[in-house]
Amino acid sequence: MPRDDNREIFVMSLHTQTIAQLAAGLRAKRFSSVELARAYLERIEKLNKPLNAFLTVTEQEALTAAGAADAAIAAGRAGPLTGIPFAHKDIFCAAGTRTTCGSRMLDNFVAPYDATVVARLKGAGTVLVGKTNMDEFAMGSSNETSYYGPVRNPWNRDYVPGGSSGGSAAAVAARLVPAASGTDTGGSIRQPAALVGITGLKPTYGRVSRYGMIAFASSLDQAGVLTQTAEDAALLLGAMAGFDPRDSTSVDEPVPDYLAALQQPLEGLRIGLLKEFFDEGLDPRNAKLVREALAVYQKLGAETIEVSLPNLPLSVPTYYVVAPAECSSNLSRFDGVRFGYRAENPRDLLDLYKRSRGEGFGAEVKRRIMTGTYVLSAGYYDAYYLKAQKVRQLISEDFRRAFDKVDVLMGPTSPTPAFKLGAKVDDPITMYLNDIYTIGANLAGLPAISVPCGFVDALPVGLQIIGPFFSEARLLNAAHAFQKETDWHARVPKGYE
Amino acid sequence: MTLTRKDVESIAHLARLQITEEELPVYVGSLSSIINFVEQLNRAETGDVEPMAHPLAGQAQRLRPDEVTERDAHDLYQQNAPQVEAALYLVPKVIE
Repeated sequence: MPRDDNREIFVMSLHTQTIAQLAAGLRAKRFSSVELARAYLERIEKLNKPLNAFLTVTEQEALTAAGAADAAIAAGRAGPLTGIPFAHKDIFCAAGTRTTCGSRMLDNFVAPYDATVVARLKGAGTVLVGKTNMDEFAMGSSNETSYYGPVRNPWNRDYVPGGSSGGSAAAVAARLVPAASGTDTGGSIRQPAALVGITGLKPTYGRVSRYGMIAFASSLDQAGVLTQTAEDAALLLGAMAGFDPRDSTSVDEPVPDYLAALQQPLEGLRIGLLKEFFDEGLDPRNAKLVREALAVYQKLGAETIEVSLPNLPLSVPTYYVVAPAECSSNLSRFDGVRFGYRAENPRDLLDLYKRSRGEGFGAEVKRRIMTGTYVLSAGYYDAYYLKAQKVRQLISEDFRRAFDKVDVLMGPTSPTPAFKLGAKVDDPITMYLNDIYTIGANLAGLPAISVPCGFVDALPVGLQIIGPFFSEARLLNAAHAFQKETDWHARVPKGYE
Repeated sequence: MTLTRKDVESIAHLARLQITEEELPVYVGSLSSIINFVEQLNRAETGDVEPMAHPLAGQAQRLRPDEVTERDAHDLYQQNAPQVEAALYLVPKVIE
């Protein structure tokens, strides 16, 4: 096994490998799980601070889990994810581990149980190296609302990585971990994936359990993955997906073999180009790269058809009624009584509630709780919340009609490449409009993936692919086909190679 | 639609959020801006459209047999409590 001065080279070459490659290396005994875990832990130690991607590093747990993985490999019990280092967005409860959700409210919270996503990936043999930074309570598109400071984009540290899964995105882009979990309520996996040049998958609503995933907006939240490749996403989704009796919105739909589905030929794929996505809000340089990506698909034998979803432009206002309404309800559990932040010397119960919440939550969270409270309040419920739910129905029907004519929809993930830290914090609406292309899929509950398709000013750009319910196999297949023809997904930012 | 200071104070109270004097005008501004923004929804014709609560059309809340399946783990769960005594959560006096 490599030692001493060879170690530097050894450590360098490991982190540029995908999960599929690392798994092969472990099986071929080119290195052990413990060596692999150590390599990533060293990298995190050396490179995390300027990025602020990790909030908690679970060194001891990682080495113990890696040891167990090595034993499993030696006993011939290894699966495709055994011994693979992994990071979870700090929104997932991990038993015995600090779980903050990026908030002062949960600064001291140690989760007493594992989220289903955490338990399933642990059961599959992944090695948890740490919990990643995120926008507070998953509310944000730039990872600037975290109580623990912003995350920076590894491609240019003056720029945001996107959000809310910014920590997971930056960690994978910088190869501090081969893959990480994320959550997507309005685009929070796909948009950061696009901004840091990696692959990000949001499954169908109900595909992956929400048990143990701190709730933001319960009819929109979905767990997913941020990876280097579609192949890695297929491997992880296979282990994460599936019915969970503990999640009342979990769907009892069989989990296909996503890995096998990657190899199906692409020929004849009908791609819908969303007219509403190529609007004035889209940076023409992003648009050009997306069109070039579509040309790759045409070369592979896919057919492109223009489709229109006329209610789609109302996605963002619909979301900013529904999501805050749901969050105002979900975040009412944070009251300083049973867990989480409690204000000092409360005068009475009301003061306990108001100051614990006033001091424990950041500005964006308070803004959204208040927006939600307003739209649900007597006299306004019909005009806002009920109206938004009806528009949500219209948007969903638009997607349904489109999928009668096409197999998948393609377009940009984000209107622009990454922007500078601080550039959009002053006006909430400007920030909200970053999710203009991603929100529709959340409202309709549809699966969607973002894959890197080029660079603008040395900053990554993503192509988004949206499919009908439970079409993850097809999305991964299409993404994989693109990644066989291009190498955007293999690019690593300078300083992290 | 511009919200007034009184509107925001009232909403903050309903949401049990303490908003300081300095913060109040900022929230009045941003909340007004957001409510203004979502007014766009009025452009849509939603006459007899069914409101959509979630994407799982036709799925009803699952039920399970009325049997005890969980064990008492309050020691574990109360490890995160700010103030606990005899397995009870302590709060400021509620009843005078």
